[in-house]
Amino acid sequence: MTPIPRRSRRPLSEPAAAITRAASGGMSRRALLGTGLAAGALSACAPPKPPAGSGGLSSLDLPEDVSDSEKILKWANWTAYLDMNGKETKSPTLDAFMQQTGIEVSYSEDVDDNDSYYAKVAPQLRAGQSIDRDIFTLTDWMTGRVIRDQLCQPLELIQMPNVVSNLLQPLKDVSFDPGRQHSITWQSGFAGIGYNRDKVGRELKSLDDLWADDLKGRIVVLSEFRDTAGLVMQSQGVDIDSDFGRAEFEAALDFIEQKIEEGYIRKVKGNSYMEDLTSGNAVAGITWSGDIFVLSFDTGDPAWTFTIPESGGTLWSDNLMVPITSTHRSNAQKLMDYYYDPAVAAQVAAWVNYVCPVEGAQAEMEKIDPELAESPWIFPTADFISESNIQGFRSLDADEEIEFADLWSTKVMGN
Amino acid sequence: MSALAQVAGDPAVDPVAPAPETQKRSWTAYLLLLPGVLWLGVFFILPLVQLASVSLQSRYPGFPGYYYRDLNFQNYVSALTDYAPHFARSFLYAGLATLLAFVVAYPLAYAMAFKAGRWRNLMMICVVAPFFTSFILRTFAWSQILADEGWVVRSLDVLHLLPGGQIINTPVAVVAGLTYNFLPFMVLPIYASLERADPRVIEAGGDLYANGFTTFRTVTLPMSMPGVLAGTLLTFIPAAGDFVNMELLGPQRGKMVGNVINDQFLAIPGGYPVAAALSFTLMAAILAMVFLYVRRFGTEELV
Repeated sequence: MTPIPRRSRRPLSEPAAAITRAASGGMSRRALLGTGLAAGALSACAPPKPPAGSGGLSSLDLPEDVSDSEKILKWANWTAYLDMNGKETKSPTLDAFMQQTGIEVSYSEDVDDNDSYYAKVAPQLRAGQSIDRDIFTLTDWMTGRVIRDQLCQPLELIQMPNVVSNLLQPLKDVSFDPGRQHSITWQSGFAGIGYNRDKVGRELKSLDDLWADDLKGRIVVLSEFRDTAGLVMQSQGVDIDSDFGRAEFEAALDFIEQKIEEGYIRKVKGNSYMEDLTSGNAVAGITWSGDIFVLSFDTGDPAWTFTIPESGGTLWSDNLMVPITSTHRSNAQKLMDYYYDPAVAAQVAAWVNYVCPVEGAQAEMEKIDPELAESPWIFPTADFISESNIQGFRSLDADEEIEFADLWSTKVMGN
Repeated sequence: MSALAQVAGDPAVDPVAPAPETQKRSWTAYLLLLPGVLWLGVFFILPLVQLASVSLQSRYPGFPGYYYRDLNFQNYVSALTDYAPHFARSFLYAGLATLLAFVVAYPLAYAMAFKAGRWRNLMMICVVAPFFTSFILRTFAWSQILADEGWVVRSLDVLHLLPGGQIINTPVAVVAGLTYNFLPFMVLPIYASLERADPRVIEAGGDLYANGFTTFRTVTLPMSMPGVLAGTLLTFIPAAGDFVNMELLGPQRGKMVGNVINDQFLAIPGGYPVAAALSFTLMAAILAMVFLYVRRFGTEELV
């Protein structure tokens, strides 16, 4: 008995309704569980329903925006993803924003991994509860899911002139958020090989270079399967941005599984892989581009190197969204607009070393650091992308998303 | 129940002719129980029922992360068949950690109870002090201390005492972490039992020509058994469900059941039912083991 997913806000489809009746009201269940308390509890814990398909704005129940009276904003972001001062206690651009607008921003590095962050906040958001954040930052595919599940607020582009004029043309219309009604790109980046040239003692050029005996047990890879499996699939000759299937994906996972079992890969981790690189438990791995530059800066060790393997790398973006229950949407939009000022964007890019989504930032970067203005890791040219075989992982449909995540969890995460 | 009977006295079980005064007293007893019962109802029974309900739900087709009500016992089948090794590993590691904690804790508790003298309070503070810092932070600190380039591993490496070249990300680190984290739960009940033991009874052992070891075996140890029992339970139960030590100190392969539950809840869109089924199975398994254990070694009182 499989219910048909709802398309509108009508009552449940017949099979689903039958299931609901059987599960909630039935005397047999009540007798089975014995007490009235148990039955009461059971009817109180019905799982939330999926959102109605294309309900549009009218069906959204937005909370009142109190930005004018409460000049605060809480932002959840990833590690090493905003310019910081030497002691890593304050961000110069964020401080300037606070002075300029009088909005008190509290910035937290809450996101270690898309899945775990989503799993943490989604139940609260569906229940209409506050998650105590006004902006969260998630990767493209997860942004798509958040929008589909109606867990973020529509944005008023008209309030964000900088975004409208400076968002890079290819990012103005993306498949997971047509017309950028719900999300704004924060940074883009690459997944490739990150390593310490001194500790490894040579250049690592291809993915196969990682599977060397002297690096055994000193390699970390990302728990984000679109990056780790993506890179492995590319090395196996698969075009990850076009139509591959379960077979190709599984082949890559078998390969990764083998490398874990043989002891080459030590850990599969979220953004916390940086701790293993810092502590020396690992000297190389599949990593994100900007992190390695930040690591190099933080440790004062120029030997940290990021490179795209010969077989290719992945390109992704992370996006800013306003959670559906946030009451500070205007404040959030002011912040988004602020970071689309080319001068500010260049300042951030100079620190995080991720791909800057802001038109005009390259010219501003010339003033800060001409060398960085030429960096393909911040301002990649179309030629660089195609020559290096940099691709985005194709979008998965809902069933594949579950299927692939299951496979990844069993084969690679060791569950 | 026994508490109720005690507070209420005999008239509560003999409702034929309750004197007005005792009737009032029995109401007081129920009233006194009310906060506890409410607390249990809201924070134990209700979540348990919710968990049971989730464990039987099915994935909503086409909507990752959504479920519909069902009686899907397949979740339990999958929990028991796919994850049997994880259960086994959890019980093994928790058992080892409990044993190690006992070996470390007993002499410590013994020293605190009988030999410490004026140092007793200081020792007590040392045992309890780790609780002032978060569990996760302490485990994280261990992952730093035992890191490959940390001084512990380096010195062991220089002395050729570490064949694998690493401590962190091995099962050894996990068991050590579990032992460390739950040690106070073993020390405190044993100490409480020993401290209450009448020293004259132990002296009597000597008076009856038993040597030190025999006295310990036949007098001191049996007297501390309630503490040992409580300590082993307080160590084993949380250790069997723990996932933090494995996450921060453990290897990539060979996870414990707590990690599977965590991953099913957090990393898999649609993993809630299996995670709930796993939690329930773990709970039932621990309950059964504890029941048998208490039946076998149980004493009248648990401290």
